[in-house]
Amino acid sequence: MTNILEVQNLAKNYGDFQAVKGVSFNIEEGEIFSLLGPNGAGKTTTISMLSTLYTPTSGEAVIGGHSVTKDPMAVRGVIGVVPQDLALYEDLTARENLIFWGQMYNLSGKSLNMRVDEVLEQIGLTDKAKNRVKTFSGGMKRRVNIGVGLLHKPRLLFMDEPTVGIDPQSRRAILDTVKDLNKQGMTLLYTTHYMEEAEELSNRVGIIDHGELIALGTQKELTQQVGQAETLILHIGENDDSEALAKSLKGIQGVQQAEAVDHEVSIVCAEAEDVLAAVVTKANERGIKIRSIDIREPNLEAVFLHLTGRALRD
Amino acid sequence: MLKTFLIGIKDLRLAFRDRAALILMLAAPFVLTLGLGLVTGRFSGSNNSGLSDIPVIIVNLDNDQLGDALADVFTSVELADLMEPAIGSDPEAARQLIDEDEAAAVVIIPEGFTQSIIPQQSAVAAELVKIEVYANPSRPTGAGIVKAIVDEFLSRVEEGRVSGSVSILQLVLSGRITPAQAQVAGAAMTERLQTNTTDSALAITINSSTADGEEVKFDILAYLAPGMALMFLMYTVSYGGRSILAEKTQGTLPRLLVSPTSSTQILGGKIFGIFLTGSAQMLILIGASSLFFQLKWGDPMGVIILVLAAVFGATGWGMFVTAVARTPAQVANVGMSIMLIFGILGGSFVSLDQMPPAIQAFSKITPNAWALDGFTTLALGGTLTNLSAPITALLSMGMILFLVSVLLFGKKNLVQK
Ligand SMILES: Nc1ncnc2c1ncn2[C@@H]1O[C@H](COP(=O)(O)OP(=O)(O)O)[C@@H](O)[C@H]1O
Ligand SMILES: [Mg+2]
Repeated sequence: MTNILEVQNLAKNYGDFQAVKGVSFNIEEGEIFSLLGPNGAGKTTTISMLSTLYTPTSGEAVIGGHSVTKDPMAVRGVIGVVPQDLALYEDLTARENLIFWGQMYNLSGKSLNMRVDEVLEQIGLTDKAKNRVKTFSGGMKRRVNIGVGLLHKPRLLFMDEPTVGIDPQSRRAILDTVKDLNKQGMTLLYTTHYMEEAEELSNRVGIIDHGELIALGTQKELTQQVGQAETLILHIGENDDSEALAKSLKGIQGVQQAEAVDHEVSIVCAEAEDVLAAVVTKANERGIKIRSIDIREPNLEAVFLHLTGRALRD
Repeated sequence: MLKTFLIGIKDLRLAFRDRAALILMLAAPFVLTLGLGLVTGRFSGSNNSGLSDIPVIIVNLDNDQLGDALADVFTSVELADLMEPAIGSDPEAARQLIDEDEAAAVVIIPEGFTQSIIPQQSAVAAELVKIEVYANPSRPTGAGIVKAIVDEFLSRVEEGRVSGSVSILQLVLSGRITPAQAQVAGAAMTERLQTNTTDSALAITINSSTADGEEVKFDILAYLAPGMALMFLMYTVSYGGRSILAEKTQGTLPRLLVSPTSSTQILGGKIFGIFLTGSAQMLILIGASSLFFQLKWGDPMGVIILVLAAVFGATGWGMFVTAVARTPAQVANVGMSIMLIFGILGGSFVSLDQMPPAIQAFSKITPNAWALDGFTTLALGGTLTNLSAPITALLSMGMILFLVSVLLFGKKNLVQK
C-alpha cells in the first residue's frame, strides 16, 4: 500500500498557544482514516494545514507527492475539502453553487454540467437543484457542502465533522455517502468527535487531544493496546437456564467472565473469535438453543477514557 | 483571468439577489431623485434649483456677429434662470473680480473673433482668435457650466465652418446677420472649405439643426439624478468591500483559498465584482431616469466612459474602507458614513458653488464631486473631449487607493493566521 499522505511533526501555534503540537501519521491510498477527538483538540487546525489554508509553524506534510508548504497549488488539485462550517453562497441555488465551485476547480462546459448532475444525484438533491440554498434544511445544506468537495473527483477527501448538528436521517445519509465514496476508490480523512462514527467508518483511527496524537491504529489495535476485552452476548430461549449456562462457560479457556441477565449471557473475553466455538459447543451440550450472538468490541470511548481520564464528549 | 471574471460575475449576481442591497442601490436613489425633482418643481415646469443665477461676466471686445451672438446666448431668456450675466469692458478688471470670488467665470471674446472665423471681404485666412474663459476654481460647477455653454457655442460655429452655408442660414434665421452679409460670408466660407461638400457635411448639418439651442437649457434633474446615483454608488462599493470580509467569516473565502485558485485571482475577482455591480447600478439608474424622467444625460460615449471612471474611483474607496476595517459590520458603518459625507461634500444635495472654498477644495477627494462635474458638462452638451479633467482625476484616485489598500491588505488580512 502506498501512502497518499504523510505527515511529520506538524505543528501550529496561534500566538503563544500551541494548537497542534507536532503530529505524525500516514494515510494509505484507499482507506478511511479518522481523526477522533473532543472539541478544541486541533482537528480543524490540522485539516487547515493539510489543505494549505494555514502555513504550519513547523513540520511537513506531503500529499500525493507534493509538499503542502512548497507546492500548495499542486496539493490543492489532489485534495477535496469539506469544511466543518458550511461554506456556500446562500443566495445561489444548489446547482449554481456547484457550477461556481466546479469552475474554481477548473471544470467547464459540458463536463462541468454533467459532473454537477452526477453530484446532485449522489447527494440526493436533483429535484431541489433550482432552489436557493438558504431555503434548505441543515441536513440539505450539509449535503451541498459535501457535494462541492466531490466535484473534481479528488483522490483524497478531507471531511471535517460533516455530521455536526443535523438530524439522524441526514446523518445516516452522510455516513452512507462516505462509505460509497470509499468503495468507489476515494481515500478519506474524516474528523469527528463521535466515537460511533469513527468506529463505523474507519480502517484506522488517530485519537487527538490537546493538539497531540495520543493513539493511532486500527480500532482493534487501539482497544487491545489499553487491555480492553471484548464482550460476547448470547440471546437464549425463555425457558432455558441462563444461570447454569453462565456458570459452565466460566470454565472455558480465555473467558474472563460470564454473567446471566434475564435471557442473555454476557461473556467477557480477550478475543471473541477464540472462545466462540467452545461457547457454542457448551450450549449445544446442554441442549440450549442460541437465538443470536452479539459481539461488542471494546469501544474507543473506553480507550479515550483510559488515556486521558476524561470522557470523549465534554 | 477567467476565474477573476467568474468570481466577479458571481458577486454581481449575488448583489442583485440581495433585496436590501437592491433597495439602497436602485430604489433609494431613484425615489430621492424623484422626490427632489418634485421639491424643486422640475415636474411642474418652473426651475428654481440650487443651481441658478450663476454670476458670469461677459467682456465682448469683438462686437461683431459671432461675438454678439455668444453674448446674446448668455443674456437670452432661456438662460435667464441659470445665468446672471454682467457686461464688462476691461478684461483685467473682470479677471480681478474672479480672483475676488465675485463671479463664477469671465468670458472674454477678443477683438477680431468673428473676422477670424468668417472673413468679411478677403478670402485670406486670418489667424484664429480664441475665446478665453477665465474660471473661478472655487466655483467649479458654475464655471463648468459657463465653459460648457461656450464649448457648445464654439462647436456649433465649428460645425458651421464645415457645412458653411447652412450654419449661416441659422445665423440669418436667428436674425443675427442680414441676408446680404450672409451671401458674402457664405461665399467666403465655401471657398475656404472647397473640399467639404460631401454627405458627411450634410449629416452634421442635420445634427446641429435638430439639437438647436436645446442642451444649453439646463435641466435641474441632470444635476440631481447623477448626484443621487453617485451617492448610492458609494453604498454599492462599500457593500462589495464588505462582501470580502463576509466571505471570510462565512467560510467561502477559505474554501476559495484551498481550491486551485491564487489569492491574486480571488482578490481581483472581488474587485472586479464591485466594479461590475457599481457599473450596472449606474447604468440602470441612468437608463431609468432617461426613460421615466425624459432626462437627457448627453453624449452616450462620454456618459459610459465617465460612469466607468467614476465607478473605478469609487471602487478604490470601497477597497480602502475594507482594508482599514476589521469586520463586515465596521465596513457597513464606515461605508454608510462615507456615503453621506461624500454625498454632501460631492454636491449631491447642495451645489458646491454655495459652499465655502475650503469645503470645495476638500470635496476633490470624493469621486462624487469629480463625476458630478463631468455629468454636468455632458448634460450641457459637452462631449468626451471635455471630460479629461474629471476622468483623469477619477482614474488617478482609484489607482492611488488601490495601491494603498493592497499594501494595507496584504495576504495577512485575507487569510487569518
Ligand atoms: N484562529 C485561531 N486563533 C487562536 N486560537 C485558535 C484559532 N483556531 C483555533 N484555535 C484554538 O486552537 C485549538 C484547536 O482548535 P481546532 O483546531 O478548531 O479544534 P477542533 O477542530 O478539534 O475542535 C482550540 O483551543 C481553539 O480554541
Ligand atoms: Mg473543528
